[in-house]
Amino acid sequence: MVESVAIQNASERPLHGVLAEFDDVDSISAAAREVRDAGYTSFDVYSPFPIHGIERHMGLRPTKLPWIVLVCGLSGTSLALFFQWWTNAVDYPFTISGKPLFGIPANIPVTFEFTVLLSAFAAFFGMLILNRLPEHHRPVFESSRFRRATDDGFFLAIEADDPQFDATKTRALLQKLSRHPVELYHDSGQSAALPVWIRSALVAAGALALLPLAAVVWARASDTTRPPIHIVQDMDSQQRFRAQVANQVFADGRAMRPDSIGTVAWGELRTDATVASGKSGDAFLDTIPVPVTDAVIARGRERFAVYCTPCHGQSGYGDGLVALRAAELQEQTWVQPSSLHDPLVRTRTVGQIFDTIRNGVRTMPAYGRQMSAEDSWAITAYVRALQRSQNATINDVPAAERAKLGVQ
Amino acid sequence: MTANPTSALHLDEPYARPILIDGDRDLASVTRRVCGVVEAPKPPRAWYIAITITSAMTVMLFAMVAYLIVTGVGVWGNNSPAFWGWDIVNFVFWVGIAHAGTLISAILFLLRQKWRTSINRAAEAMTLFAVCCAGLYPSIHVGRVWLAYWLFPVPNQMQMWPNFRSPLLWDVFAVSTYAIVSLLFWYMGLVPDLATLRDRATTKLRKGLYGFFALGWCGSARHWQRYERAYLILAALATPLVLSVHSVVSFDFAVSQVPGWHTTIFPPYFVAGAIFSGFGMVVTTMVPARELFGLKELVTLKHLENMNKVILATGSMVGLAYATEFFIAWYGGNPYERFVFLNRALGPYWWAYWLMVFCNVVAPQFLWFKKIRTSLWTMFVISIFVNIGMWLERFVIVVTSLTRDYLPTSWGYFKPTAVDVCTFAGTFGLFLTLFLLFCRFLPMVAIAEVKTVLPAAHPHGGHGSKEGAHHG
Repeated sequence: MVESVAIQNASERPLHGVLAEFDDVDSISAAAREVRDAGYTSFDVYSPFPIHGIERHMGLRPTKLPWIVLVCGLSGTSLALFFQWWTNAVDYPFTISGKPLFGIPANIPVTFEFTVLLSAFAAFFGMLILNRLPEHHRPVFESSRFRRATDDGFFLAIEADDPQFDATKTRALLQKLSRHPVELYHDSGQSAALPVWIRSALVAAGALALLPLAAVVWARASDTTRPPIHIVQDMDSQQRFRAQVANQVFADGRAMRPDSIGTVAWGELRTDATVASGKSGDAFLDTIPVPVTDAVIARGRERFAVYCTPCHGQSGYGDGLVALRAAELQEQTWVQPSSLHDPLVRTRTVGQIFDTIRNGVRTMPAYGRQMSAEDSWAITAYVRALQRSQNATINDVPAAERAKLGVQ
Repeated sequence: MTANPTSALHLDEPYARPILIDGDRDLASVTRRVCGVVEAPKPPRAWYIAITITSAMTVMLFAMVAYLIVTGVGVWGNNSPAFWGWDIVNFVFWVGIAHAGTLISAILFLLRQKWRTSINRAAEAMTLFAVCCAGLYPSIHVGRVWLAYWLFPVPNQMQMWPNFRSPLLWDVFAVSTYAIVSLLFWYMGLVPDLATLRDRATTKLRKGLYGFFALGWCGSARHWQRYERAYLILAALATPLVLSVHSVVSFDFAVSQVPGWHTTIFPPYFVAGAIFSGFGMVVTTMVPARELFGLKELVTLKHLENMNKVILATGSMVGLAYATEFFIAWYGGNPYERFVFLNRALGPYWWAYWLMVFCNVVAPQFLWFKKIRTSLWTMFVISIFVNIGMWLERFVIVVTSLTRDYLPTSWGYFKPTAVDVCTFAGTFGLFLTLFLLFCRFLPMVAIAEVKTVLPAAHPHGGHGSKEGAHHG
């Protein structure tokens, strides 16, 4: 009863074609040739495995799939090369072992892999698209015999949209070729479209999937003063003791461990306490304890230019670039650097100047850690020379040279 | 075909077509036999026992990985000077195994070795599962797993790009491309067979699931034409790909300056070793699987023998590579290189070296004898040796070079931890679980492909089929 209803329903639907069954490769190949020679074009052969040579019997043209793969493969090659060049040589150039930012040999492996990847996508998805797959509901599936097309059956169907198609004549042609009864089949009873609830679910899922992306885009496009979000915090909060915190593990309760008694760091061995401290006992020295030569003065000038000029200026008047900028910005906390030609500084002993360089004063930082004692003495010597140059009288110039200056 | 198809074929055809499967050779019986495994109400008892063990091992793997992620890579034995340990050894081991599948599918396809049709499906599945195990290691050994996306060129808040001139980045591209292409290749081969299962399905669930993945395949000649062209193109693409993947893996070592790694022989030597280990694993899994699921007539002794011949050939290549390495180390005159090779053979890891030589070079030589090559037990034992030997080869390369390089003050001895061992055992669990599920729920043999090597697939005489006859 149910079956007859189904058959009735099927026959009410438009006719889709005529289906004939064959036993083997030989008979279906012969049938395909006959159908082709009879002038039909809208027909197809169905078999459980590819029959080699059937495309010639059916008069099929070669597929254009290889061209699609070629185009995609070449796009992969150029895209990969361009992307590697743009990322590593243009957008974020960084040098590794002095190698060129972009060099063909080193960029070939990724180019090759990407070419293969895009070509494989083209071959697979190109095949699906050209074959119009997936297509779950086909009119031929309505025939119960047709199931054997994936097992051991060979079928040939001529479709009703063929200009030559005539239900009676076409059926007679196929019946002449096939030992099995030929059947008419109708359009699929099931709609090829997905059910409404699946479609709505897909649309909803698609919309939800876009939300994180939208959030990222929004975050990228807007400004904020808050720190960036780190989902995993281990880079920011590590399990370790910071400097100057308490740690009960040690008897003295400090996390930082002091050096062992008698430890001398590299380059800090002091063999001559006077040279290292600028003092003799508690009193500052008033002569430089190292030999002062032209070379030492030259070294002092060079070091002075590196360490002192930013604040004190080239001539030592306290007019370095940093000082000028601070004055321009009217910085409240800024302490004006001293002029080295101030009588107070000029009357200081060399030991005091040396001590200021080593240990700093007011906002001037200590440079003892950044330069050797010898360099500090060289700077001291240069400062003395500078002070003298800015406060010289004609009596300081040797008599023989005075004529050159044009003064008496 | 009649009672004696062999003689009929020899008489009828100008060149003989070898008989590739045993037993009934009509189309329906091939379908029945392969689908029977999937459609049986219950799998054999051995399957239940096996999957219980392997899934327990898989759970252990997940537990180990979770422990590693929560605690850090310190749970492994990797430490100065061996910052690469079992993680990289196992990565290279699994990637190597992954090479057999695509080799059988692609290279043997291009070489028209039709015997591949019975084993390619299972070998391709093994490729995918081995790539899963391999891909796990690099992603978890980075330490901060949640930052593994730094491996890929993803726009990020640091505004940095990865270094495309680094072999480690090439590796990311090579292995992920290989995984994707292998998946496409495997799935494309499955589509017609899934359609067969769909059309034979008796329950709604099976029909729905197999039908969904069969994409509505109907066996149309127009579809087959494009399908075969796509398959040929994929094979032609996968062939250089499979050779490139292990070459790139070898670059991870060869591009560095560590003695024992910095050699130009590495790419071909690694590729030969990969094929060797892959075929070893195919034999190890196929010998029991064909017994268990009654596929002896489709996967015949002839197939196994052919695989053993490949093992013999590639095993000899690997032996030649070992000898060449030693020769070049001496001939090159670099004292560090010379030391490294002497150290491999005579140093603290001498046991690993000589066990490797025995497993990879000596054991496969027994396959010269036809009796050994065609006996299930001997070939199974030799394939196990190959698996062990190829693991040891990677261990020897990674560990001996790292623990004793230029500076003797920083020499050391690598010791794995229990977590190392359990993680490695767990990857076997994952691999075998996936393989057992595959055997139970998907066609283990490529049904449509096997049909093309049956006599029924070839037009022979009859009413005017001359056009087809010369082609077939």
